[in-house]
Amino acid sequence: MKTKFIMSAAAMALASATASFAADDSADPIVIPIHNWSSQIVMSHAVGQIFESMGNNVEFVTTDSQAVYESVRLGDVTLELEVWEGAFGQSFRTALEKGGLHDAGDHDAVTREDWWYPMWTKDACPGLPSWEALNECAALFATAETGDKGRYLDGPVDWLKHGKERVEALGMDFVVVNAGSAAALWAEIAAAEADKRPVVVFNWTPNFAEAVWPGEFVEFPAWEDGCDTDPSKGPNPDALFDCGNPADGYLKKAAWDGMKDKWPNAYEVLTKISFTNAQIAEMARLVDIEEMEPEEAAEEWLGANEDVWKGWLPEGAS
Amino acid sequence: MADIATSSDPKATAQRGTGLRAMLEDQTVARRVFWGLLGIAALLTVLRPWLPDGLVRIPEVLLLPWRDWIDAAFQLIAFDLGFIHVTRFLSGILEFVLDAVANILYGRARWPRFEAVPWTVIASGAAILGYALGGWRLALLAGGTFVWAALIGQWKWTMETMSVIVVAAPLGFVIGGLVGIWCWKSKRVEDTVKPLLLVMQVMPFFSYLLPAVIFFKVGPTAATVATVAYSLPPMILMTTLGLKKVSPEVVEAGKMAGCSRWQMLRYVYLPSARTEILVGLNQVIMLCLAMVVLTAAIGMPGLGAKLLEAMGSFKLGRSFEIGVTIVLLAVVLDRLSKAWVVKQPEHYEKGTPWWQRNFLPLLGVAAFVLFLVLSRMASGMDPVPLVVSPMSEFNLPTWIAGVADEVHRKESLSQGREFDQSIKAFLALDWLQATTYAIRFVVNNYFLVPTEKALLFLPTLSVILAVTAIAYRLGGVTPGILAFVFFCIVAQLGYWDRAMLTLHSVFMATFIALAFGVPMAIFAVRKEKRARVMILLCDTFQTFPSYVYLLPAVMLFGISPVTVIISILIYTMVPVVRYTVEGLRNVPPELTEAADMSGATRWQKLTKVQLPLAMPTIAVGLNQALVFAFFMVIIAEFIGTRDLGQEMRRTLAGTNLGWNFVLGFSVVFMALTFDIAINAWAEKRRKILGLA
Repeated sequence: MKTKFIMSAAAMALASATASFAADDSADPIVIPIHNWSSQIVMSHAVGQIFESMGNNVEFVTTDSQAVYESVRLGDVTLELEVWEGAFGQSFRTALEKGGLHDAGDHDAVTREDWWYPMWTKDACPGLPSWEALNECAALFATAETGDKGRYLDGPVDWLKHGKERVEALGMDFVVVNAGSAAALWAEIAAAEADKRPVVVFNWTPNFAEAVWPGEFVEFPAWEDGCDTDPSKGPNPDALFDCGNPADGYLKKAAWDGMKDKWPNAYEVLTKISFTNAQIAEMARLVDIEEMEPEEAAEEWLGANEDVWKGWLPEGAS
Repeated sequence: MADIATSSDPKATAQRGTGLRAMLEDQTVARRVFWGLLGIAALLTVLRPWLPDGLVRIPEVLLLPWRDWIDAAFQLIAFDLGFIHVTRFLSGILEFVLDAVANILYGRARWPRFEAVPWTVIASGAAILGYALGGWRLALLAGGTFVWAALIGQWKWTMETMSVIVVAAPLGFVIGGLVGIWCWKSKRVEDTVKPLLLVMQVMPFFSYLLPAVIFFKVGPTAATVATVAYSLPPMILMTTLGLKKVSPEVVEAGKMAGCSRWQMLRYVYLPSARTEILVGLNQVIMLCLAMVVLTAAIGMPGLGAKLLEAMGSFKLGRSFEIGVTIVLLAVVLDRLSKAWVVKQPEHYEKGTPWWQRNFLPLLGVAAFVLFLVLSRMASGMDPVPLVVSPMSEFNLPTWIAGVADEVHRKESLSQGREFDQSIKAFLALDWLQATTYAIRFVVNNYFLVPTEKALLFLPTLSVILAVTAIAYRLGGVTPGILAFVFFCIVAQLGYWDRAMLTLHSVFMATFIALAFGVPMAIFAVRKEKRARVMILLCDTFQTFPSYVYLLPAVMLFGISPVTVIISILIYTMVPVVRYTVEGLRNVPPELTEAADMSGATRWQKLTKVQLPLAMPTIAVGLNQALVFAFFMVIIAEFIGTRDLGQEMRRTLAGTNLGWNFVLGFSVVFMALTFDIAINAWAEKRRKILGLA
């Protein structure tokens, strides 16, 4: 804590000596929200430390990942670094319509959210990853309550995943059960791991689970634009959602409208920030596998990747 | 149970006036009406396959647009009338206080901009306070808790949590106390406040989320407001109760001494009601700590947020360690406040020197200075590892100063990872998995799923009539009418099937809690020591963050109904056991002696004397259990449910406030129905038994 303070004080002195800043950022803290998954937390700390190195004050606040958009809109929170298309697109769009926040650009990273299985599942059902093969092995995925139908464990309902609709549209022998949280999904995978029981669950990338449990996404009929609105798209001419999810969803940043005027330099940097899938996975790894604290992980990552982020800083900054 | 409920005394009936109401209070009529309503309900159920759909569920077209109305009302109050400016002004003041405390406890960069107080100062202070209030054992507990927090590497998180608790708990205590006094002064206020409190308590947590961040700003302020709101009800109730119980003799004495109204309150009433008021304080503290994890979603910093983070990457060991810290904090604060209740003022011989009379405060100041100086000595140094190796590098003064200043997370004694592996290995044991699979298979397929299907099969009207009949039979005419109205509202809100699934989980969890909790309490009460262990267990389960055992439960029982019931059950067991123990303990000894003398067997004594007399208290416990169940069933959404909680989760995507509140009120009205009926019943019983 103390060393960080000294560091940022030094950076502040340095920053005010540099002439190239267009206008000075406000001394009020930039409030960065953190949620409960590691890549987002580390990324937030990394960006926070970049802001601090520019002489800004930064504070973090833990929030719910859906309700946060209301806070950004009101200016209580300054920005959001991980807007997942699939999971938070709706909250983001609603807030966008109400006004108060805007799109601050995409990350390089693309997100994929779909049916997924850990590798050991393939031993029992060798035809994977095709969805038809999965459907033929449906009985392997049965649980105590589903009879001879398979059980597909979908994500929390607020991620709006339409697993049920897909099962119906493609005529699959699966019962869809929604987990209430990411943690509940991990618990199911971990329980299956012990005796290598086949499971098929909702999962996404980039994500820490890839490092812990190697696995693959199920290959569904490829996503076509309009698959969610136009029944004629996809293999079943009478149903919606008869395709896989898009394999390249966006990962955005969002900013409060007032940020541009209050912290022009930090805002400038925010719009340039862009992480790749590999970088995000690395950040998550530092916390999940190396057991670092998010602050340390961010420091470590910034130290090892100076060439990545130094380019985002305004010209003339160190 | 029904038989006891009907044996109301005739005098009370006569006083209730004449007309239809009096007729409905009459026992024979009551019995007929009860069976009549149940009969119609049963008939409708039998006829269900032939009923038109419109009679089974309320048709969509008849549902009113509640969602839009609530949205419009919210917009009007919050923004058009500017209510948000009022709340934002208040949260500004609150924020200033929170920031100052946060600065002192963990060095947040706000006024007065001190450096964080070193952990050794706080731990020694807690130990000395513990000693002053309760002797060595309490000193060890209080000091030890903070030493644990530091050594396990959770110091900063603990202080972040404490920075909110030390503001929220006193605030809850003061506001609750004032409202409690006001309720005692004015019956009308009491009548308005009580139902409001109940609504606040049973309103699902997911409904607080959005209003809290909109009105009070996400962060410690919103977290404080939510925590205070949640911890208020018991404080208000206990204060009013305590003041009402003050004996007339004491009041007379005060009046004779010529006390003014203020003096009466300050020197007569409040000291006499001290015990109840401090029980209220104790509940405030417990509930504050119970909220640590949930409020992390609206900006509560510290342990709760870290716990959720650990769960997100599936670190069971670490989340368990954090859970232990939260329980320890709760137990310490609870024991300290209880010790303060029984603490008598100390008197010294005349002529005792000043330093001797103030020995403990002086010791506190000395410890403060000592540890502050030590840690300042360390301020230029590199961090010192807790365990130095090799020993040749060990330098005692440096080590003491360094450790007194800060134990770094990396150097801590945390065994999170090792622990994690052993927990997971245990949960994967074959025999354990086989056992839980068998339980899961039987309980889900032969018990939970069929009962659930049956409840969903019932026509809406059957359920409404049956609930009305039960409420009427238990509580009387008013609860019966309210039950009818409230359940009609639930039906009209338009989420009937989900409401039934919610009700199913609540009933099952409460039923199982009664089936196991009451016998456990009866067993515990036989020996005083056992009873005390049982109460300690209750305290632990009440404050141990439920999220920590939800994940192991999922690993054992999968994402299925039985896991949901188990997670609720832990919360419903606590009040059932606690109040049954209380109720049985407080049976007047004369009565049990009389039973012994008349040669009753142990079983007879229990069923004819102890249980009937304890029944009103057990009913309060049952009521608490239901309220907790309605609270937890929504939280259990974390596992995966299909009830109102899941739908509420959906409303959070896209911040649908109106929709969210429609669901929230569905829960509230169901909970209110049972609360009112059971309370009315307990009240009646108490009158009959002469306990009121």
